[in-house]
Amino acid sequence: MLEIKDISKKFPDFELNGISFRVAKGDYFILLGESGAGKSMILETIAGLVRPDSGEIWLDGKEISHTKIQERKIGLVFQDHAVFPHLTVMENIAFALHAQGLSREEKRLRVKEIARLLGISGLLHRSPTSLSGGELQRVALGRTLIQKPRVLLLDEPLASLDIQLKRDLRRLLRSIHQEGQTIIHVTHDYEEALALGTNIAVIHKGQVIQTGTPEAVFTHPKSEFVAHFVGVKNFFSVHLEIRDQITFAITNNNIPIRIVSESINEDAFILIRGEDILVSNTPVETSATNNFPGKIVEIVPGVQGVNLTVNIGIEMHALITRESVEKLNLKAGGKCWIHFKATAVKMIAK
Amino acid sequence: MKRLPTIQLIFILLGGLVLLFIVAPLLGMALKTTPHQIFETAGEEEVRQSIWLTIVTSFSGTVFFSVAAIPLAYLLARKNFPLKKLVSGIIDLPVVIPHSAAGIALLGFVSRDSALGQMGSLVGLNFVGHPAGISIAMAFVSIPYLINAARDGFAGVPERLEKAALTLGASPLRVFFTITLPLAWRNIVSGLIMMFARGMSEFGAVIVVAYHPMITPVLIYERFGAFGLKYARPVSVLFIAISLVLFITLRWLAKEKEEK
Repeated sequence: MLEIKDISKKFPDFELNGISFRVAKGDYFILLGESGAGKSMILETIAGLVRPDSGEIWLDGKEISHTKIQERKIGLVFQDHAVFPHLTVMENIAFALHAQGLSREEKRLRVKEIARLLGISGLLHRSPTSLSGGELQRVALGRTLIQKPRVLLLDEPLASLDIQLKRDLRRLLRSIHQEGQTIIHVTHDYEEALALGTNIAVIHKGQVIQTGTPEAVFTHPKSEFVAHFVGVKNFFSVHLEIRDQITFAITNNNIPIRIVSESINEDAFILIRGEDILVSNTPVETSATNNFPGKIVEIVPGVQGVNLTVNIGIEMHALITRESVEKLNLKAGGKCWIHFKATAVKMIAK
Repeated sequence: MKRLPTIQLIFILLGGLVLLFIVAPLLGMALKTTPHQIFETAGEEEVRQSIWLTIVTSFSGTVFFSVAAIPLAYLLARKNFPLKKLVSGIIDLPVVIPHSAAGIALLGFVSRDSALGQMGSLVGLNFVGHPAGISIAMAFVSIPYLINAARDGFAGVPERLEKAALTLGASPLRVFFTITLPLAWRNIVSGLIMMFARGMSEFGAVIVVAYHPMITPVLIYERFGAFGLKYARPVSVLFIAISLVLFITLRWLAKEKEEK
């Protein structure tokens, strides 16, 4: 549906270099990368605000890199919202309807419908200058969605929102996506990428480093940068279940991991940091509720310590000191126990 | 009571002297003029006509030239082009050259044998000694105030808002009229008022282009030359009072509109 082919653009102190990726219709595509990686520039190039030096942008079988911005029908929600301060919320949302030749009443109905979807019906007559960050974000989203964009581009939409607002907006974005809206979402936050994305492209220094499903990118990082950036080796897709009144995250190959969560019967991702995993030779009594025997697959010295890979039915990665390896006499092929607390398991709802 | 630092006291004293320097001559002139003299002057047909002419010529010059000055200010704020600094310098020229010299230059520009003068003659208009010539002279010396204020206003409008409007399907023309212009409006209005005010107070350029019909600054000069200080004072006080009322009202109206 949307295909970016070999886009390059030189700026005085930065360049996009041979950016290529495909976004299928109905996809929730995440551009994941650090600040300054060039993610926003890619969005602005797709929207037409930045003209590439070379490369092509194909949308629904048509090359659009020379099409006027206002004719692309690509919606862009800016990170700083860019809500028009001199117009009311209603006028902001209705702005895109001007060119559609609708009657006053039709416009009013369309605005009300969008406002209801976004939960901002009570704000329609307010001035944007009196709104909070979360409210502005919704107005910006409504203003863009009302034109029924072929692709919705979101630039760090959840940045600078508090946890509750983030959760609400994530839910809203998910429901907009479920309605069939194709979305490209820029973020530096891997949790956001996991929670929302159906596909991810990792961007680094103006280049696409890796693309794929969240599972593929997180479990098989193709480069050290991706591995470091996504940062978590113990990353599993799970289903949440209650067994004997205790919440377990059940991995694909049926390993039950105790977690702290109120959600049940949901699919989710879990993350466990390597430094949160304890290693012993025998089962020991600690406050950790996750205790598994396993076989040591490999021991790899690293900068921050030794990476120990233990197969407990799934491969778990523990980060321990060299002294601990020597003290416990750990060897590849040998056996050990691993322990981690239920509170050390981070859950991200899908 | 908290004692102010010495440096602050010195600054307040110096600032007070500057204020006194501005207010004292005006106040002195006003105090030396009786209300009776002012009413008597206001009743004179010649005075009333000149004040009206001054307001109308300055206002029409401001409106007419703003049509081209505002787009120029937008270009200066938004676009980079060769010799942009030179263009900015040219815009400030009328402020720095002597206004009588500006009048001489303009006289050559609008006289009958000039291209503009000949074009005027075709429709029976002779700019020299005509309100249209006065408007041109006023606009020449006051247009930098509008262009500079409008340029600052446009520069203050975040480009992201214009870009956002484009992504919402608006044409560049609609973006200019619905986003850029309204957001820069406060500065533009301020520039229009300044241009209008500066135009009304112009003497040097106007007297060269059109001694008659007489605008109020020229009338004041004539009364001073022919009859002395005493006769020039009432019309000066009256003109200043009317100017003040006019500008305070304009600023107040602009503020009201802004708040709505």
